Amino acid sequence: MKHLGEKSRFCLQFMQRGLDSETKRQLEEEEKKIISEEHWYLDLPELKEKECFIIEEQSFLLCEDLLYGRMSFRGFNPEVEKLMLQMNSKNKTEEVEGETVELDVSDEEMARRYETLVGTIGKKFAKKRDRVNYEEDENGHVKPTVKVKKMFLKPQD
Amino acid sequence: MAGVVAVAAESLAGGRARAARTVLDQVVLPGEELLLPEQEDAEGPGGTGERPLRLNAGVRARVRVVCGPGLRRCGDRLLVTKCGRLRYKEPGGSGGGVYWVDSQQKRYVPVKGDHVIGIVTAKSGDIFKVDVGGSEPASLSYLAFEGATKRNRPNVQVGDLIYGQFVVANKDMEPEMVCIDSCGRANGMGVIGQDGLLFKVTLGLIRKLLAPDCEILQEVGKLYPLEIVFGMNGRIWVKAKTIQQTLILANILEACEHMTADQRKQIFSRLAES
Repeated sequence: MKHLGEKSRFCLQFMQRGLDSETKRQLEEEEKKIISEEHWYLDLPELKEKECFIIEEQSFLLCEDLLYGRMSFRGFNPEVEKLMLQMNSKNKTEEVEGETVELDVSDEEMARRYETLVGTIGKKFAKKRDRVNYEEDENGHVKPTVKVKKMFLKPQD
Repeated sequence: MAGVVAVAAESLAGGRARAARTVLDQVVLPGEELLLPEQEDAEGPGGTGERPLRLNAGVRARVRVVCGPGLRRCGDRLLVTKCGRLRYKEPGGSGGGVYWVDSQQKRYVPVKGDHVIGIVTAKSGDIFKVDVGGSEPASLSYLAFEGATKRNRPNVQVGDLIYGQFVVANKDMEPEMVCIDSCGRANGMGVIGQDGLLFKVTLGLIRKLLAPDCEILQEVGKLYPLEIVFGMNGRIWVKAKTIQQTLILANILEACEHMTADQRKQIFSRLAES
């Protein structure tokens, strides 16, 4: 009973907020000591864990590059065929060689379009009088014609 | 085969572990220990104890070697646990390569990440019990389908075929599978459609058929329109336009394991004629 009383005194003291941190720490250590002596432990020498360089894996996915499991041939299931291309290309992204980007529109055509684009947009912002300057080509391309501005001509003698 | 087994027995009787590099693509038996390339020097020629002088005998940066199916780690060496041919794959990026044993078996053991075909056997509460051919049925939650919510349950009945992958698969726990990937997309997994035929083959054949350069599949694909699903648990599901075509396909896939390339070409040419 006395022992219990002592313990409860410790506990009570420990839980008090008024104590400074040092006495608290001391009490904590004493508590830990009392507890750890009662705990059991293995009396073996400490085995040094060597860093192992061998990793064990049970999966075949790492070993062999296997294709995707769903397959469809000759258009039987179009969604699966799309999936096949998608999944198999994900695996083989390293093997893709440099592909030349296919041009939808050739460079010449781009140049021609831009040439006439200037005229079309320019016409939009030109005033009514200036719209006369923009004449249409045979192909229907709108090109601005440079017109000499009318200036005052001094009369000659 | 007798000659190979005799050679293996001889070296085992010697009691020395062989270097993994020397037995690549040869038959190895369970119980053999294999040395990794770094430890070969320590053994020395003939085991006389003389070590050859190495210029850079300091601490070399050890690379991480992966031991795959059929091999286990035993100290610094690899211990063979299945009989078959030893294979090696060169490392793509960092780290050492992968060693594994190419063995043959019919019984499937669930492995995390494998895509398998399962048969729904029971529906209990929030999960389905799916038979994948392992020791226990795998559990599949009804939320593990694309676009499934608590209100919007997937349309799965008992007896349906499911194509999914394992997220939990070890010897201590019940295997769990899902039909979505880590991003939440289905990627072709889920319930496999109506009709078709499911049959079982050995695991080695599945891996052979799914190899990137498999001629069998290329030839099969030229016959007629068809759909195949391969499960890593040895199950294959096939479907073609008519029942007869489906059966022919199933027979070819089952038989091609034991046929040579010539026999296979003969059969395909006969089929193409008819």
